[in-house]
Amino acid sequence: MMLAEMLSYPFLVRALVVGVLVSLCSSLLGVSLVLKRYSMIGDGLSHVGFGALAVATAFNVAPLAVAVPVVVVSAVLLLRLSQNSRIKGDAAIAMISSGALAVGVIVISLTTGMNTDVSNYMFGSILSLSTADARFSAVLSAAVLALFILFYPRIFAVTFDETFARATGTRTGVYNMLIAVLTAVTVVLGMRMMGALLISSLIIFPPLSAMRVCRTFKSVVICSAVDSVACFAAGMLCSYALELPTGPAVVAVNMLAFGAFALAGRLKHGK
Amino acid sequence: MAILECRDATFAYDGEDVLENVDFTLNAGDYLCVVGENGSGKSTLIKGLLGLKAPRSGKIVMGEGLRSTEIGYLPQQTQLQKDFPASVREVVLSGRLNSLGRGLFYTRADRAAAAANMERMGIDDLAGRCYQELSGGQQQRVLLARAMCATKKLLLLDEPVTGLDPVAQNEMYNLIKLINLCDGITVIMVSHDIHEAVRYATHILHLGNRQLFFGTSAEYKQSDLARRFLGGNRT
Repeated sequence: MMLAEMLSYPFLVRALVVGVLVSLCSSLLGVSLVLKRYSMIGDGLSHVGFGALAVATAFNVAPLAVAVPVVVVSAVLLLRLSQNSRIKGDAAIAMISSGALAVGVIVISLTTGMNTDVSNYMFGSILSLSTADARFSAVLSAAVLALFILFYPRIFAVTFDETFARATGTRTGVYNMLIAVLTAVTVVLGMRMMGALLISSLIIFPPLSAMRVCRTFKSVVICSAVDSVACFAAGMLCSYALELPTGPAVVAVNMLAFGAFALAGRLKHGK
Repeated sequence: MAILECRDATFAYDGEDVLENVDFTLNAGDYLCVVGENGSGKSTLIKGLLGLKAPRSGKIVMGEGLRSTEIGYLPQQTQLQKDFPASVREVVLSGRLNSLGRGLFYTRADRAAAAANMERMGIDDLAGRCYQELSGGQQQRVLLARAMCATKKLLLLDEPVTGLDPVAQNEMYNLIKLINLCDGITVIMVSHDIHEAVRYATHILHLGNRQLFFGTSAEYKQSDLARRFLGGNRT
């Protein structure tokens, strides 16, 4: 009943489609990111995305067309920084993300002034997606999904044991970069709906939940994907029924799911 | 015929030589133990052989059509996360990555090879289990099966028995010797345990930031170097 009512609003259908795709992408990439101890990259990139969106709005250009390349470049930079330089990975991420946040806020206050825009960027807005945006997002997330599936054996090898993978001739640098770039694209696509401050939860919660219960890589990947999509749908339904902001509602459902998985894991594995 | 030749290779980090003038030749079927104290350059040599680090001078030459990406490598036990979810089958299968070439997914032949190697290591009944829930000895056998998936000619083992209990250590040594003898696979093993090294290996390479000794185990036992390292109980 309520679902049918929801689906009669085109903007809600758009949000649902894009949200499900982004949840799928982020949960798959999240498994690798969490296990490689790169969880904070998603968070850092979303702040860079915030800055890029603010600048794009100020100059009145298509927000995604600016944010996607900027965030992809920062992902590459972050990876390089954390691997080669004297600044450690986590410090590099903190530096870049707070810097980008500051630039974004300055640009916004100089142009439109601190208004609801800022809050929309920070915590997301379901109204932010135009039809063109939705189409663009769908194409990009399909590409992310396809690449993840096509390179699945290599992504597993690079995540599990990078030294072995490199020794047996896998170009691990390329695949680390691939993971970072796909993450960047996913973060930008999801952040306008989920908000810059909340998007990283889509990357972190589903894999962690899945790992409470599942013990093989494939089952974790599948469980994480299903959990993520289910939580997104449930979160959106809650947000509609209870008139809550969508991003926070989705995160809250993810938190509940994590609790349930942790309990189930404890019962199953007896720890 | 030589499967591996190190020709006066020197390795350096930040312009400082850490391992100088390593010069030895291995023939197919040899079993080489690399010994030496911590920081003597053993890990550096391993990286060199795997093609992960280029020598500053000198050369490493592979023979018999061996490529550095076709070495079955068993890394030193690293601090893999305690909760990494991966089944034994997934880990072993990942050893076949270098035979994928441009292919994207594992073929039936890859799965068959993984299954055969799991059976040989006696871990086929663990195939569906989580790698992290196994005992130390079982984990090492899983990694050995993965290494076997990656090679037909040369195994490179970095301290494969460190941290195992004596029974598991013996099992591991016997498995490695069996692979060496039955399959004719050349073995290079880095080891702390000089007594066991002399017992199982055909050749010994002793490092101390340069090459202190290379020769057969029998020759090594007669050397002054070995006398000092093996201690009182000379055999």
